[in-house]
Amino acid sequence: MLCAQRFISTVTALSLCGVAGMQPARAANLITAEEVAVSQGVVSVAGSRAQLLAALARDDVAAALAERGVSVAQARARAEALTDAEAAQLMAGIDQSPAGASELLGTVVLVAVLLVFTDILGFTRIFPFLRPAR
Amino acid sequence: MWRRIALLFGAVWCLAGCAVQTAALREHAPPGLPPQAELAQTSFHPQTDLQCGPAALATALGAMGVEASPAALADEVFLPARGGSLQLEMLAGVRRHGAVATRIPGTLAAVLREVAAGHVVVVLQNLGLSLVPLWHYAVVVGYDLPAGEVILRSGTTQRDRVSLRTFEYTWARSDFWAFVATPPGQWPATAQESSAVEAATGFERVGTPAQSLQVYETANARWPASLPLAIGLGNAAYALGDKPRAAQVFERAADEHDHAAAWFNLAQVRLELGQADAARAAAQRALQAPGDPRWAARARELLAQPTMRP
Repeated sequence: MLCAQRFISTVTALSLCGVAGMQPARAANLITAEEVAVSQGVVSVAGSRAQLLAALARDDVAAALAERGVSVAQARARAEALTDAEAAQLMAGIDQSPAGASELLGTVVLVAVLLVFTDILGFTRIFPFLRPAR
Repeated sequence: MWRRIALLFGAVWCLAGCAVQTAALREHAPPGLPPQAELAQTSFHPQTDLQCGPAALATALGAMGVEASPAALADEVFLPARGGSLQLEMLAGVRRHGAVATRIPGTLAAVLREVAAGHVVVVLQNLGLSLVPLWHYAVVVGYDLPAGEVILRSGTTQRDRVSLRTFEYTWARSDFWAFVATPPGQWPATAQESSAVEAATGFERVGTPAQSLQVYETANARWPASLPLAIGLGNAAYALGDKPRAAQVFERAADEHDHAAAWFNLAQVRLELGQADAARAAAQRALQAPGDPRWAARARELLAQPTMRP
């Protein structure tokens, strides 16, 4: 599994090498609005760190997305659509941030939790390993 | 035993908190807000499996005339390992379809104002509890203040009527996260400067220079005192090859804000326009003006270029 992840990261990193400078309205020799926003603290994320990690973060984000089931080409395009600050923020929370999913899945979880409570209270006995409180 | 149950209910009650905004809204409706509004013609994309993110996105894009199927959007925002879509990727997904995604203030009043202004609002809700989260994206398309309800396109329900109070509870658990998608050149009624800066700089990543120019022009008209937005406008003009206009924008920004980034960009553009003396003067100002130290360093490099020498 780990090997596979490393392989995917490497492939992603390699395939990212060719696309530097694909940013449309951003001139290389001028200071961008994004940089100014970060330096002024208008953009609310841990800014200076985001800037330092900018070049790295984009490759990392693409690799991280690919490791989580996104196709390599899509992962790259998705990483490119983020600002530096967003890329850093995404990386920081990729496994913890809320991921809007479904009503159904959660309902099952909620019911399960309720059943755990009722099991503990002794009203039900769905999970035999839970002993009712006395 | 009943004490335990009472404690459990007490704990749940504490977690839920109070629907403060709903109470305030129902007591005093915000001035100028119609009591009811519904964007009834908003198309509906029922979610499949776990994919409320792509479905909500398709609904929001469809409301502004951009047709995209939830299946295609799933490739752009759905994260298989998480079984859901992340908030930042929802914003980025909007951009990739040539639209601007702007966060709006986390107040019920702001959401209702947007609907009244004709914008549907994408919200993140936690339908469960903080301890047992059940994250869900929905689109607010209407409200009815006398009935105390909001109307959502949500999950597989086309017209989901939810009490304002329940909506506030579920929305509060996402820290009142909401955004509006607009075509370039339009902004949400309640957008604030900082979210406009985030929206514009994000859009710039994937939008065409012409679209970015439109975004920054309208943003500058609405928030004329913002330095990042002025810098963005200058950059967009420059990217389109309109260097005289870029110089003009940077000059005004430099005069108004006396900031190193504006002076440096002005120096660079003036140099490219063949105005070496004026470029030198601007670069000198960049050395002294407040701003990131890296920009002073870049100004020094610029001053060292052969074409800059008197």
